[in-house]
Amino acid sequence: MTALAGCLLVSSMLFAVGLAGALTRRNTILVLVGIELMLNAANLNFVAFWRFGPHAGEATGMIFVLFSIGVAAAEAAVGLALILAVYRHAKTTDLSQLTGRPQ
Amino acid sequence: MMSATFFILAAVTLIGACAAMMLRGLVHCALALAVAFAGLGTLYLNLGAQFLGLAQLLVYVGAIAVLIVFVILLTRGGDSDSPALSPTALPIAGVLVATAIFAILAWAVFHSVAIHSPGLPAPQATIRQLGTTLMADYVLPLEVIGLMLTAALIGAAIVAMKEKQDPQ
Repeated sequence: MTALAGCLLVSSMLFAVGLAGALTRRNTILVLVGIELMLNAANLNFVAFWRFGPHAGEATGMIFVLFSIGVAAAEAAVGLALILAVYRHAKTTDLSQLTGRPQ
Repeated sequence: MMSATFFILAAVTLIGACAAMMLRGLVHCALALAVAFAGLGTLYLNLGAQFLGLAQLLVYVGAIAVLIVFVILLTRGGDSDSPALSPTALPIAGVLVATAIFAILAWAVFHSVAIHSPGLPAPQATIRQLGTTLMADYVLPLEVIGLMLTAALIGAAIVAMKEKQDPQ
């Protein structure tokens, strides 16, 4: 197994863990955490292809991850602010109670 | 070939991510998430992306994990006694979907031609080069993301602001 394949496998596992968490957890904050993990898995892919790809010397992969980190920071701030606003309104962060599903 | 350092860092990252998704206490989840982000940052350092590793540590461990802890404390979610997972068949379906997606991704990785590329020397990207590239080739995206961060900051503050109480 080459190093690139190892990086890609780790990134796939990270993505699957984040997806499983986002799909199964009941707390809104943890769903956001799962989304952050999936985003980080994509970033790891960019870095791996920058490191092992054929176009060495160009910093394109790193620049993309830099912008991605910036966008993720904005996304986390706005998402957590929305969770706070929903909590003030509904007094809960439980997705089952928010969507009215039976417990 | 992969080094032992890579395996250790990958294991720390994945265990941290699994713990962040599986632990019951929300604060424990946030701390495990910080461990996963730190492991990912050191993984970037291991791959030779120094600036990215440090940016990851600063932004994710230093800012986002702390922000999540603040929101957990503000929503008093740490002492909730409701079950973490819903008791219906939904969690099993979610885990199955995630496993299927991981299987597809792993199959694609092992059948792609890209992983058989010869080992190349590590590309050099010093912070000086990165700065020059950012300010020369990517100056418009840089300005746009600065504007977006400002807008997100103001928007988050407005959304999270306490609503005005009614006079009665």
